[in-house]
Amino acid sequence: MSNNMTDNTMLEVRDIKRDYELPGGLFKPKKIIHAVKGVSFKLERGNTLAIVGESGCGKSTLARMLTFIDEPTGGDLLIDNKKVDTRPGHLTQEMRQKVQIVFQNPYGSLNPRQKIGDVLGEPLAINTDMSAGERRDRASEMLTKVGLGPEHYNRYPHMFSGGQRQRIAIARALMMNPKLLVLDEPVSALDLSVQAQVLNLLADLQDEFNLTYVFISHDLSVVRYIADEVMVMYFGEAVEYGTREEVFSDPKHDYTRTLFKATPKADIESIRARVAKKKATAAA
Amino acid sequence: MALLQIDNLIVEFETATGWFRAVDGVSVSVEKGEVLAIVGESGSGKSVAMLAVMGLLPWTAKITADRMLFEGRDIQNISPAERRKLIGKDIAMIFQEPVASLNPCFTVGFQIEEVLRIHLGLDSKARRARAIELFSQVGLPNPEERLNHFPHQMSGGQCQRVMIAIAIACNPKLLIADEPTTALDVTIQKQILDLIMALQAKNGMGLIMITHDMGVVAETADRVIVQYKGRKMEEADVLSLFESPKSNYTKALLAALPENATGDRLTTVSAFFDGNPEPAPEARA
Repeated sequence: MSNNMTDNTMLEVRDIKRDYELPGGLFKPKKIIHAVKGVSFKLERGNTLAIVGESGCGKSTLARMLTFIDEPTGGDLLIDNKKVDTRPGHLTQEMRQKVQIVFQNPYGSLNPRQKIGDVLGEPLAINTDMSAGERRDRASEMLTKVGLGPEHYNRYPHMFSGGQRQRIAIARALMMNPKLLVLDEPVSALDLSVQAQVLNLLADLQDEFNLTYVFISHDLSVVRYIADEVMVMYFGEAVEYGTREEVFSDPKHDYTRTLFKATPKADIESIRARVAKKKATAAA
Repeated sequence: MALLQIDNLIVEFETATGWFRAVDGVSVSVEKGEVLAIVGESGSGKSVAMLAVMGLLPWTAKITADRMLFEGRDIQNISPAERRKLIGKDIAMIFQEPVASLNPCFTVGFQIEEVLRIHLGLDSKARRARAIELFSQVGLPNPEERLNHFPHQMSGGQCQRVMIAIAIACNPKLLIADEPTTALDVTIQKQILDLIMALQAKNGMGLIMITHDMGVVAETADRVIVQYKGRKMEEADVLSLFESPKSNYTKALLAALPENATGDRLTTVSAFFDGNPEPAPEARA
């Protein structure tokens, strides 16, 4: 059993923990914040895991650990069935290339003084010994893949809309041909119509490159659409973890139920019920 | 008589390439006790239109309207002093970023008492009592203690509650909520929306809810205006908007909701809508 499980496993996390130490003051004792308190999961190649939770629940800290930005204080991280040595300086270049991240705010994650072509070419310049011409070709190619054009190569970030910038951020993440993409709220800063386009793009790219996604979001309707598996986090713990059908049809934890109840319902039945209820109270 | 009546509002800004029309001939009317939602994506002019009503736009903006009446009174050409008496008292606004819209240098107690002092002229004892009452009304725990807190000592949801308390301090007749829950978590969003709706029902205020979230519209509105690129695309009551949207843009917006996805790709707006902001003929009427 363990053999055919491991074959297709892209990412495995075992009891991963992250504590932050708040330095004490003169009269204030040192304080330890347990941001992530031991989370475990397994994710198969080509699948999407959605992590849901409110702000401060540790979902972004988890994303930072998966992308080696933050070092876990405990637990194991296995990528492609290889245990990752997360100590600073011990990470192989190959490992770094396998995992990439797309951040929430496309207005903050692009350098305003860097041309788009340079944004995309930089990972290649650092990690490979490609010539400038080759890098340029690869960058233009990637721009077309994410729905922009080679004519955008020499433009600056401020010349793009939010949706276009998020496409650029996705393109940058894909430059090193990663296998695992961590998406930290990639659509929550975008308008509804643009959100649909970016979600479609992500689905297209996943099919084309057989990418594995860890998709962090607080929007349950997006999660329901994109995820294969869902994990709900609450105060640093995974309170619910299962396939999309399991979690959405039969939520086990109280917090998950609260979350479902709090999500606005836009179907006609609920609107009709609400309008009728309001009329009834107005008449009474 | 409508509480707020705006006809053919046009707001323009001067740019390097000439005048830019942010709001192009929008008419809005709200009755007493009615909840009107204005939906649109960023840049559709939904906030700018309401800021024009409040008189909060910079002087560089050119505002013209055929009529701009609040309770039958012209609010387009009133003096700044007159306007200050009206704004914050009869018309109040809740902004999107609760933490940014409070002054970080003063306690929240000071900020709410300021409104009570200027508009109602209460003495300090009465102000404090009213502030405590308002804080408990919006569901802040330990209201008395809270008065001495600074905005940075509270969470986003709590700051939004303070903002709401300040907005309803003088029992306004019209409350304008500009994306009141966009910066908040789903569970907190639910609490804040429930709170606004309960206060609206209790005080019988007119409420204008500006949002880009169709879910929020579905949960709160009586009537909806859909705006795109400064133009009104559609106006309908909430049920008919979701049931049988008239304009192509509204259809496209509803189809782009992830919960309405059919197949494994979402319908994008461009599939329905060519980007031409020409409104449906019935929206013009």
